[in-house]
Amino acid sequence: MSIDTPLPVLKPADFASDQDVRWCPGCGDYSILAQMKKVMPTLGVPRENIVFISGIGCSSRFPYYMNTYGMHSIHGRAPAVATGLKTCRPDLMVWVITGDGDGLSIGGNHLMHCIRRNMDLNIVLFNNRIYGLTKGQYSPTSPLGKVTKSTPMGAIDNPLHPLSLAIGCEATFVARSIDTNVKHLASTLKRASEHHGTSFIEVYQNCNIFNDGAWAYAKDRETKLDTTIELEHGKPLIFGKNRDKGIRLNGLEPEVVELGKGITEDDLLFHNEKSPEPSLAYLLSRMRFEDGFPEPIGVFRSVDAPRYDEMINDQVKQATKEKGKGDLEALFNTGETWTVK
Amino acid sequence: MATSTPTKPITSIEEATIRFCGDSGDGMQLAGTQFTNTSALLGNDVATFPDFPAEIRAPRGTKAGVSGFQIHFSSHEIFTPGDTVDALVAMNPAALTTNVTDLRDGGILIVNKNAFDKKGMEQAGYASNPLEDDSLAKYKLHSVEMTKITRLAVEDCGLTQKEADRCRNFFAMGLVFWLYDRSLDPTLRFIEKKFGAKFPAVAQANTKALKAGYHYGETVEAINTQYQVAPAKLPPGQYRNIMGNIALAWGLLTAAQKSNKQLFLGAYPITPASDVLHELSKHKHFDVLTFQAEDEIAAMTSTIGAAFAGAMSVTASSGPGIALKGEGLGLAVITELPMVVVNVQRGGPSTGLPTKTEQSDLLQAMYGRNGECPMPVIAASSPGDCFDVALEAWRLAVRYMTPVMLLTDGYIANGSEPWRIPEVADIPKIPVEHPGPSSNGDAFQPYERDERLSRPWAIPGTTGLEHRLGGLEKQDVSGNVCYDPDNHDHMCRLRAEKVARIANDIPPQELDGPDSGDLLVLSWGGPYGACATAVHRAQADGKNVSHCQLRYLNPFPKNLAEIFTRFDKVLIPELNLGQLSRIIRAEFKIDTISLNKVTGKPFSVAEILEKIEELA
Repeated sequence: MSIDTPLPVLKPADFASDQDVRWCPGCGDYSILAQMKKVMPTLGVPRENIVFISGIGCSSRFPYYMNTYGMHSIHGRAPAVATGLKTCRPDLMVWVITGDGDGLSIGGNHLMHCIRRNMDLNIVLFNNRIYGLTKGQYSPTSPLGKVTKSTPMGAIDNPLHPLSLAIGCEATFVARSIDTNVKHLASTLKRASEHHGTSFIEVYQNCNIFNDGAWAYAKDRETKLDTTIELEHGKPLIFGKNRDKGIRLNGLEPEVVELGKGITEDDLLFHNEKSPEPSLAYLLSRMRFEDGFPEPIGVFRSVDAPRYDEMINDQVKQATKEKGKGDLEALFNTGETWTVK
Repeated sequence: MATSTPTKPITSIEEATIRFCGDSGDGMQLAGTQFTNTSALLGNDVATFPDFPAEIRAPRGTKAGVSGFQIHFSSHEIFTPGDTVDALVAMNPAALTTNVTDLRDGGILIVNKNAFDKKGMEQAGYASNPLEDDSLAKYKLHSVEMTKITRLAVEDCGLTQKEADRCRNFFAMGLVFWLYDRSLDPTLRFIEKKFGAKFPAVAQANTKALKAGYHYGETVEAINTQYQVAPAKLPPGQYRNIMGNIALAWGLLTAAQKSNKQLFLGAYPITPASDVLHELSKHKHFDVLTFQAEDEIAAMTSTIGAAFAGAMSVTASSGPGIALKGEGLGLAVITELPMVVVNVQRGGPSTGLPTKTEQSDLLQAMYGRNGECPMPVIAASSPGDCFDVALEAWRLAVRYMTPVMLLTDGYIANGSEPWRIPEVADIPKIPVEHPGPSSNGDAFQPYERDERLSRPWAIPGTTGLEHRLGGLEKQDVSGNVCYDPDNHDHMCRLRAEKVARIANDIPPQELDGPDSGDLLVLSWGGPYGACATAVHRAQADGKNVSHCQLRYLNPFPKNLAEIFTRFDKVLIPELNLGQLSRIIRAEFKIDTISLNKVTGKPFSVAEILEKIEELA
């Protein structure tokens, strides 16, 4: 498409495929799909240049419902499929849709390597802390003691925390949002799309059939202001219904403090999503409701770093510049040859 | 440098087979490669068999660490690296004991006398010194103080003793070069290129060691005959020596250019396939992207992503890696995307024999996936053939929108032979079509098929063709997810039929020998050379035997059934326990006779010939 051709004005409905959405009624996935469709027309990217790649699981049905290019691949492999695609086609905007089982269990290895390479992909991990499509076994994010079909006496594996993992791999963009917090979710998806490099977004998503209420504390109107904290770059970490609580650093440990009584905003931890060191983001990712902390939502980290997809193509350009475009005849005749008459 | 002054009698022989063997740190692969290149440049036909342990450096002097390189060179066309060895160079006792049984009676045996100390002989299991008892009496033994002479030859080069000892392989080379009247020039050029600029002292020392070996041959009276092998009469053209894995990589590069495609290789290092990754990584300026994935699964699935993207997409591995790719191959089959999957086979099961050859992945290639999951399978016959088969694999992949399994094996991959350099312009183009943008608003039908049953390769970025692929069963034509029982039955049959129809597009099976007879030898892959040679010899002896070498294993050439009717017996030699035999029996309902071997070594001509003589 030539640069002069204006992009057609698209609406969210233009991103809906003709397929019936088959998630269970009431599933949090509907909300994520709706926000994605809402964000898409605002990105300035032609629909044909957008690709959704997923693995297996409830969340991974997502590409079927988007009227873009897409692939519903195999369990856990979406980051690898997307890597091949993006490497060959840096011009495309590629989204990876995954879940806690798909991304962290069977596909943990691919996720880790994709993130460390800083592939320019937007990875959205729907975390419902359960296996839904296989009907209710515990997942790598299920809490200890979780009773499920496969853990009648309670889960005994220590859960994995998706953002801690991503930050451990030095993800360059890390964020968290919540399925029902639609405005926040839409703005988080938008910010992820604008980042160059791997964007990793964890979405707290409710599975109302097999794990209903897993995130109730973070979603409940009554409690959410006390159990979550919205991160804003350059701002102190303040939360609470009355915005009277904050997070302060005590040595290397965060602690919840009440504002007033000699504690002012200036004593609090200030968020810096641009910090080159991932330590702050990691510390934030470790703040958990069960340990008495509000759980951060928003952008934990957003830094620039070289991208694999860009560098691999740069090497091709550099090699071509140095050696000229590959010439088969010259190649075949390198080294020692002889003539038979 | 001129060839030798003929101070000793020169005997002309038609062909010879020599083997260098020593510790894996002794530089035997280098010696073998240099001898090969020199012989090829001289115009001999050559066939090689490098044989090395899986350990990079097994404990020095042990049998486990012995590495060897065998070269068969000839004044006529040859197809194998030779059954028995005419001249053996053994750098230590372990190499002697593990290799000497392959030396023919009366053969030349050159050993490094200095390595036969107490420890060395103990490690090799010698109770007494074989150079001094008469256990080697049936060979022409030349016990040479290689370590001592090499140290003396390089003493003014300023090397440490350890460094000086590393020049021993050049001494051995020099001696063998003299023995077979080869020029030192190619090796001198190699030394200059490899060490000249960076390590002048090493270059100087290696040069001196090489010449010392050569002059030793010239002057020592005990070695009283020199041999000459004249150039072979190969078809006219420009030649070079080529290894199978390199030919394969170049074939892929050529296929990409001939189809106007960027080449993507997704791979995870694995013996003996890694050289394909190494070689392609060197040629980025051919618009090549090489992705070293985190594992075999990612290598496979990134290849699928690259195929979706519209690239010429390839993954290369060996059996254990192909096992991990199985799930991805299923996705490749159901999404009907074109790609090439290379399996450089090695000994299995499991990790098996990583550096040894075998053909035991044929059933895996054919059936090693869940569901009804048909894939075309083709196999290379020789190092040079890897080039042609790579082109053919991609031609079939794009024409039929399917992954294609390309089988080679460790023997072909690491072996080398003279290769007639093709005229690039003469290599046919591989046409690729992508449907263009559509603005009529109709839903694109990604599974609409042409007369070959091939679906369109619509790539992201094309307006109006947005569609979703995936591993769930596809509705015919629309490609939407579909659980309808009849549709699934129909789609399974369609995918099978599409692959079966490739038979319409491949050349009829050729037959080497009479059209009918007592015995047909049917082979595929690496045993080609041994089978061809054995059949030619049997034919010369008046046996009524012919040979078919299969390139296409799925589907088979259409005329194969008819060929079988013209022979009383069918012999299938395979480096497995009867995999092709099983398929042939099932497909053609004929009896077959299997000749099987899984020693990690290729067939010798004698083994095949013996079986032919038993049957015809």
